[in-house]
Amino acid sequence: MLELCDIEKSYIGGTGRVPVLRGVSLRVGPGETVALTGESGSGKSTLLHLCAGLDLPDAGALCLQGRDISQTDDSTRARLRRGTVGLVFQQFNLIPSLDVAANLAFQARLAGRHDPAWQATLAVRLGLDGLLDRYPEQLSGGQQQRVAIGRTLAAKPALILADEPTGNLDEETGDAVLELMLALVAETGAGLLMVTHSPRLAARLGRRAHLKGGRLD
Amino acid sequence: MNVKTLLLCLIPLPALAQGFAGLGQPAEGYAVPAPGMALEFPRDHGAHPQYRVEWWYVTANLNGPDGTEYGVQWTLFRTALAPQTRPGWDDPQVWMGHAGLTTPSRHFTAQRLGRGGIGQAGVEALPFRAWIDDWHMTGTEAGISTLNLWASGPEFSYDLALRADGPQVLQGDRGYSVKSASGQASYYYSQPFYRAEGTLNLADGPVPVTGQAWLDREWSSQPLGTDQTGWDWLSLHFDTGEKLMAFQLRSAAGPYTSGTWIGPDGSAAPFRDGLLRLTPLETAAVAGRKLPVRWRAELPGRGLDVEITALNAQSWMNTLFPYWEGPVQISGSHGGRGYLEMTGYE
Amino acid sequence: MRRTALSALLSHWRRHPLQLVSVLLGLALATALWSGVQAINTEARASYARAAGILAQDRLERLQPADGQRFPQEVYVSLRRAGWAVTPVVEGRVFHDGHGVIVLGVDPLTAPRGAMPGAVRAGGDFATFLGPPGLGYAAPRTIAEMEGAEGLPPLSPAPDMVPGVVMMDVGVAQRLLRAEGQMDRLLLSPDQPKGHAPLETVAPELERHPPQAEVDAAQLSGSFHLNLTAFGFLSFAVGLFIVHSAIGLAFEQRRPLFRTLRALGLPVKTLVGLLAAEVVLLALLAGLAGVGLGYAIAAVLLPDVAASLRGLYGAVVPGSLTLRPEWWLGGLAMALAGALGAAGQSLWRLWRLPLLAPAQPRAWARASARGLARQGALAILLALGALAAGLWGRGIVAGFVLLGAMLLAAALALPGVLALLLAGAERVSRRVLTHWFWADTRQQLPGLSLALMALLLALSANIGVGTMVSSFRLTFTGWLDQRLASEFYATARTREEARALHDWLLPRSDAVLPIWHIEGPVLGQRVEIYGVADHRTYPDHWPILTGEPDLWQSLAKGQGALINEQMWRRGAVKLGDRLTLPGGAGRRIVGVYSDYGNPRGQVIIGVDDLVALYPEVDRRRFAVRIDPARLSALRKDLIREFGLPEDNMIDQARVKEISLKVFERTFAVTAALNVLTMGVAGFAMFTSLLTLSTLRLPQLAPVWALGLTRRRLAWLELLRAALLAVLTMAVALPVGVLLAWVLLTVINVAAFGWRLPMFLFPGDWLWLSGLALLAGALAAAWPAWRLARIAPSGLLKVFADER
Repeated sequence: MLELCDIEKSYIGGTGRVPVLRGVSLRVGPGETVALTGESGSGKSTLLHLCAGLDLPDAGALCLQGRDISQTDDSTRARLRRGTVGLVFQQFNLIPSLDVAANLAFQARLAGRHDPAWQATLAVRLGLDGLLDRYPEQLSGGQQQRVAIGRTLAAKPALILADEPTGNLDEETGDAVLELMLALVAETGAGLLMVTHSPRLAARLGRRAHLKGGRLD
Repeated sequence: MNVKTLLLCLIPLPALAQGFAGLGQPAEGYAVPAPGMALEFPRDHGAHPQYRVEWWYVTANLNGPDGTEYGVQWTLFRTALAPQTRPGWDDPQVWMGHAGLTTPSRHFTAQRLGRGGIGQAGVEALPFRAWIDDWHMTGTEAGISTLNLWASGPEFSYDLALRADGPQVLQGDRGYSVKSASGQASYYYSQPFYRAEGTLNLADGPVPVTGQAWLDREWSSQPLGTDQTGWDWLSLHFDTGEKLMAFQLRSAAGPYTSGTWIGPDGSAAPFRDGLLRLTPLETAAVAGRKLPVRWRAELPGRGLDVEITALNAQSWMNTLFPYWEGPVQISGSHGGRGYLEMTGYE
Repeated sequence: MRRTALSALLSHWRRHPLQLVSVLLGLALATALWSGVQAINTEARASYARAAGILAQDRLERLQPADGQRFPQEVYVSLRRAGWAVTPVVEGRVFHDGHGVIVLGVDPLTAPRGAMPGAVRAGGDFATFLGPPGLGYAAPRTIAEMEGAEGLPPLSPAPDMVPGVVMMDVGVAQRLLRAEGQMDRLLLSPDQPKGHAPLETVAPELERHPPQAEVDAAQLSGSFHLNLTAFGFLSFAVGLFIVHSAIGLAFEQRRPLFRTLRALGLPVKTLVGLLAAEVVLLALLAGLAGVGLGYAIAAVLLPDVAASLRGLYGAVVPGSLTLRPEWWLGGLAMALAGALGAAGQSLWRLWRLPLLAPAQPRAWARASARGLARQGALAILLALGALAAGLWGRGIVAGFVLLGAMLLAAALALPGVLALLLAGAERVSRRVLTHWFWADTRQQLPGLSLALMALLLALSANIGVGTMVSSFRLTFTGWLDQRLASEFYATARTREEARALHDWLLPRSDAVLPIWHIEGPVLGQRVEIYGVADHRTYPDHWPILTGEPDLWQSLAKGQGALINEQMWRRGAVKLGDRLTLPGGAGRRIVGVYSDYGNPRGQVIIGVDDLVALYPEVDRRRFAVRIDPARLSALRKDLIREFGLPEDNMIDQARVKEISLKVFERTFAVTAALNVLTMGVAGFAMFTSLLTLSTLRLPQLAPVWALGLTRRRLAWLELLRAALLAVLTMAVALPVGVLLAWVLLTVINVAAFGWRLPMFLFPGDWLWLSGLALLAGALAAAWPAWRLARIAPSGLLKVFADER
């Protein structure tokens, strides 16, 4: 479903070109949950963003559902994000102008897979049913992340990409949110690639890939 | 009185100066005085518009009831922008009146300007009438033997009746008066024998006065010597009944002097250049310049050696073209009083 | 500490040059428009003062007959002979090629010292001045305008002469004005000699009048200048919106810095002081630039203003500017006041900011329903105030209060109205992206509302003024057609020629109608009194507003008088009242007619009546009714038979052309100010959008991450701005129409004395909507382009960084 072959990526920094990824290969199959770990600045987030088609690799192939997206244009990748991938970031996941209900439905409706019953179930499961008419700025950090996860799951994507989804939360809240996410991911059968720097969290996923020096161990 | 006076007076006014710039050159169509031409009266009491400049000039030495000395001046100048008259505003004759009233401590000045042709100012010979605005000099009998005189300013007015008790006097050569060694001249006659009586109206009220007055009549068109810088002119009434008209035109090369000794009967004896000697004895600061206000006058042929002292050193005519003109006291070989005019002191 | 803090504060501007530019440019533009208008007004006032000062007429008392008519110069001579220090003035107008000049005949010999213009006093050719043919002194521009005019003496340039006035010797002027032996007035010297006879005995026909402190024009054009001032103020207000938003943003963005500085021990007092100093510095910089720019604007506009003033009021204002310190300083003061006013709110907030307030820029991202409600309440209050001013207010000041309150109310209500509209759209939208689009647009409102309010003001002013001008033009052209019924107008040079001309024209035309008039005081104002013939031309064409059915017969019988609308509305007279004419004759007011473009009162009586009352009336002018096809032949014949100069013959078409030209120039300034105000509003929108664009990223990044391309988002941004502009236009439309109505029925009546019907021009609105759309799109273009080209990492930062 997701297959990375020899991905290279560098950024232009103050001191010239800074290589971040130097040939990374990785595979995530359906139903598989992979934790992407590594030290700060090891390129975890960069790798995740490439997987989502938010950015393009300098070299290598990046196949999503058998299609090399590094060769596609912006709007194709946008369509892929809309239909295939679900994204959860550390923060600012939500669209501030929309209330919780609209945020939850947003990606599903964009993908054309809006399922109100499923969304209602999710809302209850995520404990959001009392917050549906609130706006993101009126929610706590944990609530916001639960909305972001609910939004992703509501669209039933084939692959979920999460970048420290609980990084901004305290441990207790973070654990609860993660537990819920993993349970729901398992129910939908989607693949999950999650960036985390916490070995404790990584241990709860099916597999672990560690980035060091721009390569996977 | 001399053409030069007016010329000097007119020059400081730029707007008028152009109008008189022609005076720098010979006459341009204006009539020119010539020797031997007989003056004719009453015709010549009137205006001579074909000549460039002309004036009717009265000075009077007066006394109030308490003996206080006063001086009065009444002058009407005529200047022609062209040697002709035309009706209405087109008339090129421009008129200017000057009036002065001098007391031992004060000196008042007034001035009037007006256009010929509309009736605002003019002179007629028969009956004699000279006027500008409300100012006038009007003959009450034939000729100029009796005159009523009126002038007013913001601070004063006067009303005098003049009656001549002697004949009028032709100056120079039967009225042809030479003004420089190079021959410039004017027509010039006087009536120095007026008895005056009337009222001066001052801030404190009317003052009845009596005294003597002198009329000068002069007209000309001719330019003057370019080196002449100014002049001193005297009209003196001596206690003896004799009169003296005398002037000096000052120039770098020395003064040109002339005048007429007038007997009590009106007999006129003009004298030539060089006989009269005028020496300044004392100066005073007047209107920002220094002017001699005490003179020594000597005319050896007549045994004259007198000191002439201004009644009021500040007799400054603060008119459009300023000059000094005021009453004087005479002492020395002769006693008496008269008028002094000084121009060209910077 | 203080220096370090200041340099830290100022470094913000180095990193955000665009913000600096918006603050400076906004303030400079606001100051420019305001001070430009002030420069024009100051120049005009100065020239009125100069006009009043000609011949020292502003200081000297006058002698004039009660009926305001000319009097024989013998009266003058009698007064002089009685000892009165008076100087004569004969005054009249001479026209040439559409330009009119005032001819002022004076006597340099009796004029009080210092009363003559410098050029006449110094270096002038005195003998030539007295003439004949005489010499006229005039401003160089006036000389150029009068080139080729017949009858004028040679003209000599005098830079200190008021334009539009030719000064010459009284005798020369009398001949030129056909007033031989006549005077208009006498000026009294302040130094009168002692003991002259009283006026009653010397010249009982003359009355003593106080000095004319102002020329007519200064009084008449007062409302015109008030108009300009109002416009200048509007522009200033629009400019301040920019400054307010830019300064507000700069403060918001520096919150973390403020927090740090205060945490490091900088007292809040010092911080506020430093920021206030910064604002003052910016204001001075921008103020200087603004005053310079204002000077340029004024210099460009002044010729048009001068033309307007001349066309409308006969007031002559030079077309060139002089720099005046009061104006410079005034402009700077306005800039300073404006900047401090715009920064006041931000400074106040900072003063009360808790030390550890969150460093996030929130104010821009959050719609405050409470704020909107408060603003709405204020808008309603202002609207009520406007209503009160409209119902009970009188005069031009009440008119402007009404306008100001109305515009401000509309501007304040705008964000609320837009929010309601957008919420409605959001509710009914079906598609997810449409839904988001509306919701997001609503979210942008607080940040854009100032710019949109500025746009609203500009658009409303544009609609209002445009409607007023177009209505006026339509009415005016229609009125011209009525009023200028006669095909040809001829003026003879002398009374004898006039008689011959009349007799000659009679068999060669359909009618020869006298156009004779005098000027004199009626109801305390100097008005024109015309005599009209008993001819069907008048009942057929004259634009009567209201009147008795047999009004023309009343005139013919010498029993009635018509007055123009200005007099009717201004004066305390109504139909049926008795009107006292100069000299004391009374006539009943039987009708009112419209008389656009004329600031003065005017009276019409029967021509026989006029001649009987004022035998000295100038009888040289005629209107000729003739088949237009025969016009050019007639003109040729007139030249051949009478040698009539071109200036003395004018046909209907030419008069119309001149009138319309004057009309267009009159409103050229208004149009220019309109465009400038629109420009300022567009710029306000641009800077707002540009500064918002950086704050937009957290709002847009999730949408992008969820599957929208940057390009698509950029297009939506563009669409959003255009849409907001169009919605603003929709709100501006009724406000503008209301504005036009106020201008036509309140301001115009107070300012000019005439009331005009309102016409609507939907075509113009369409065009303006297009313009608003374009302004919105253009303003959004650059931020949108930047969004379309932003690197993904720029968007991705949103999700990871503590910004």
